[in-house]
Amino acid sequence: MTWDIALILGIDGLANGAVYLLAGLGLVLIFSVTRVVFVPFGDIAAFAALTLAAFETGRLPPTIGMVVVLTALACTTEVASLVRRGERQHVFKALLTWGALPLVPCALAWLASRSGVSAWLQVAMSVLLVVPIAPLIGRVVFQPIADASVLVLLIVSLALHFLLSGLGLLFFGPEGSRTHALVNGSLQLGEGFSVSAQVLLMVGAALVLSGLFFLVFERTTMGKSLRATAVNRVGARLVGIRPARTALMAYACASLLAGLIGVLIAPVTTMYYDSGFIIGLKAFVAAIIGGLVSYPMTAVGALSVGVVESFASFWSGALKDVIVFSLLIPVLMLRSFMTRHIEEEEEEIDQ
Amino acid sequence: MKHVFARPAFLVGFFALCVALIPLLFSNFAVSLMNDIGIASLVALGLVLLTGIGGATSFGQAAFVGIAAYATAWLTTTMGFSPWLGLPFALTLTGVSALAIGLLTLRLGGHFLPLSTIAWGLSIAMLFGNIDALGRHTGLSNIPALSIFGWSLADPRAIYYLIWSLVGVCFWFGYNLLHSRPGRAIRGLRGGAILLASVGANAYHVRLSLFVTAALLAGLAGWLYAHMNRFVSPSPFDVRASIEYLLMAVSGGLGHIAGALVGAALVMVMKNGLQDVLPLLTQRAGQLEAVTFAVLFILILHFARGGLMGFVRRWMRAGASNLQNPSGMPAKSYPTALPAGVTPLPHRTLPPRGAPLLEVQGAVKRFGGLVAVNDVSFSVNTGEIVGLIGPNGAGKSTMFNLLTCTAAMTSGQVHFLGHDISRLSQRDVAKLGLARTFQHVKLRPHMSLLDNVALGAYARTDVGLVRAGLRLDRVQEQQVLHAAQLQLERIGLGDKAYEEAGSLPLGTQRILEIARALAADPVLLVLDEPAAGLRRKEKIALGQLLKKLRDEGVTILIVEHDMEFVMTLVDRLVVMNFGSKLIEGAPKEVRADPRVQSAYLGSVV
Repeated sequence: MTWDIALILGIDGLANGAVYLLAGLGLVLIFSVTRVVFVPFGDIAAFAALTLAAFETGRLPPTIGMVVVLTALACTTEVASLVRRGERQHVFKALLTWGALPLVPCALAWLASRSGVSAWLQVAMSVLLVVPIAPLIGRVVFQPIADASVLVLLIVSLALHFLLSGLGLLFFGPEGSRTHALVNGSLQLGEGFSVSAQVLLMVGAALVLSGLFFLVFERTTMGKSLRATAVNRVGARLVGIRPARTALMAYACASLLAGLIGVLIAPVTTMYYDSGFIIGLKAFVAAIIGGLVSYPMTAVGALSVGVVESFASFWSGALKDVIVFSLLIPVLMLRSFMTRHIEEEEEEIDQ
Repeated sequence: MKHVFARPAFLVGFFALCVALIPLLFSNFAVSLMNDIGIASLVALGLVLLTGIGGATSFGQAAFVGIAAYATAWLTTTMGFSPWLGLPFALTLTGVSALAIGLLTLRLGGHFLPLSTIAWGLSIAMLFGNIDALGRHTGLSNIPALSIFGWSLADPRAIYYLIWSLVGVCFWFGYNLLHSRPGRAIRGLRGGAILLASVGANAYHVRLSLFVTAALLAGLAGWLYAHMNRFVSPSPFDVRASIEYLLMAVSGGLGHIAGALVGAALVMVMKNGLQDVLPLLTQRAGQLEAVTFAVLFILILHFARGGLMGFVRRWMRAGASNLQNPSGMPAKSYPTALPAGVTPLPHRTLPPRGAPLLEVQGAVKRFGGLVAVNDVSFSVNTGEIVGLIGPNGAGKSTMFNLLTCTAAMTSGQVHFLGHDISRLSQRDVAKLGLARTFQHVKLRPHMSLLDNVALGAYARTDVGLVRAGLRLDRVQEQQVLHAAQLQLERIGLGDKAYEEAGSLPLGTQRILEIARALAADPVLLVLDEPAAGLRRKEKIALGQLLKKLRDEGVTILIVEHDMEFVMTLVDRLVVMNFGSKLIEGAPKEVRADPRVQSAYLGSVV
């Protein structure tokens, strides 16, 4: 390996790392607020990419159908739980928030697919269209079992991934697609060495978004209420924060991040209905480096995963994923040696 | 009196008969389906033991099936060996892989362990698809069928009896294992490592051996799979397949080994049904099948986490509140008369009454800048009850942890029976004869009183996993249960031996913890706030029990902040305040001491 190859691999790794960084932030956000290890994160990213591909080929994105189905499910769940609690007067409001709100992006996307809109608007619509997915799933699947153990939530989450990827296959079909580059051109860095504008866009977007993330968390009431729920759910409830609502916000933020990831990687990788899983899992490796709680350590982890992956693919393209996942085991061991083990009763599934 | 048809022995016999008759009565299709169910139930059995009972979730069980299947496939096709040599080869490879993975990951706490299983489960399945010798994504075909003395088992009806005999043996092994010394430790795993260490068991070793056992069950399934289908490819061994095995275990019921069989049958039958029905509805039947299973899994976890066996057990227990005792007979207690030829477990020789037993010298414990225990010295002599008291925050609990070696001392020494125990592990101290109870009761709520107490006698016997599974432990098992029953009688719960520990009121649970500690045949009993949360009557009963135990020669150190309870009970008191020893003496002297009064009530100055 020569220096310029190492440099190219390094840049490549940085671009991968940028994607894992965004995904990792979303995962940590959801986990810290809801204790759900959100495995379907990558699937949502894949859906965003496939939506954009559908827009580009002039088809109506199948995502609309998916969101409509989820909306119907969420409405049913919400209304049923209201009726069971005897709060019929809230039904109309619930129908408005759970029924009408998620359909807004669907209507916009439908309009956008009809008239030829600009490429950037298509990108924005693709992101917007997947934003309701995670909150709707959260309402239907996770809110009713919000107090279950992390383990139960994890199993549900993993089952959910298989559900979503199955739906992805049904709605999008088995074909892979790659979208047009969002930006063209490249930046010349010295002799015979350049960085494509798309890579710069990915790294830039990751930097800007994580900066925004930081600002929102440190400076806004919403960010503070999210942090409060993450620290202590009961305590947050005592000061007037509703954990169910903060959970929804976390899901929406994460969904937005997933959408952005989708449209950022769609031009550089061919995306299939199930491509998201591997992306999500690699972001997990990053998030676990941060112990599923620390954002800065997650960022470090994401960049390391990206770089390791890129060098591993140089060594053996077929085994690069094996290498990245095997990396998780030493990381986990290091973590378990570093953190002082606190004795707690093991979680029981069947209770 | 229970009806004869509801007895476990009858049900198992009836089930075995049905299984034996199926090939004679049904079509080839049904027999093949039964073969698949049998193989899957072996993997699910491993998961019920590991996840349901041992509390460690694995998302990588299919990978172990794959390792064994590929191992025997490679050995028999590429190397041309007999499939019967493939079995030891496959099991060895699976066992060694499981041991390596387990050694690396089983120390992980909480949700990190299941997350790591996704990682290696995925990696192993990917490896199969990328190794040339294993045929990459096309896999290995033309695997020879099994044959016995020239009689080929290629036909589904022929291999049927082999599969189901192995299923029978494995479930018998699993059942025996759960009702044995290692089984009690496995069922105790969810109580935490400290609980197991307090009875002299190593939670990490117990969990590791359980993990390898579960992997070997998966390995056996893999070997059968390879020689039944005679073709292996990577996809049946990926994470999706692992989830399917987990679905079997969860839908059948994680709390009971029969759940593995029920769940495997449920999932396999449904899978077949869906494969028949879905193509009529849609052209994308394969995808819908995955979607249906995922929905089903989520629904089960929402509404029926106990699985099908959970319902069955609730229904079976609707009449009687008693747990089933192994004989299936409605007995209330374990017989106190041992059969001829079985001697009771030997007892330790106790030091003479009045001899120094426990000596603490200059114990110091610092947490960063905070000195929780500051230069405390005292001793306990054989045959007395000593109380360690002090107001909240005096450092009693920290002192307790230092004595039992749950926490390491910053400086100082503890001598127990002449050994310096300050650097020993909690487990070694327990083995020396120091038994403890817990401030927050650590009983296994779904185990019977008898089993909970028998767990206390863990260190007195040495039956291992294999001996227990093969039922070669009966003499020791009788000795242990006999000893446990004696302790239950000693504390007055002898007629409730087969009730669930979780059904007892808190006061009785604390007393049960004392029985568990006594089952270890201890030299010294250390009690951590035994009166906390007890009602007045319960306190009186506890006090009487402790006095009775002292009269029988048990030495007791009691850490408590309830003055009234301790004053009437102990021979000597050690009072701590702000981490230091305030005074040591008889209850009367202590009560009269102005320093103690000001520590508890505040001083006038």
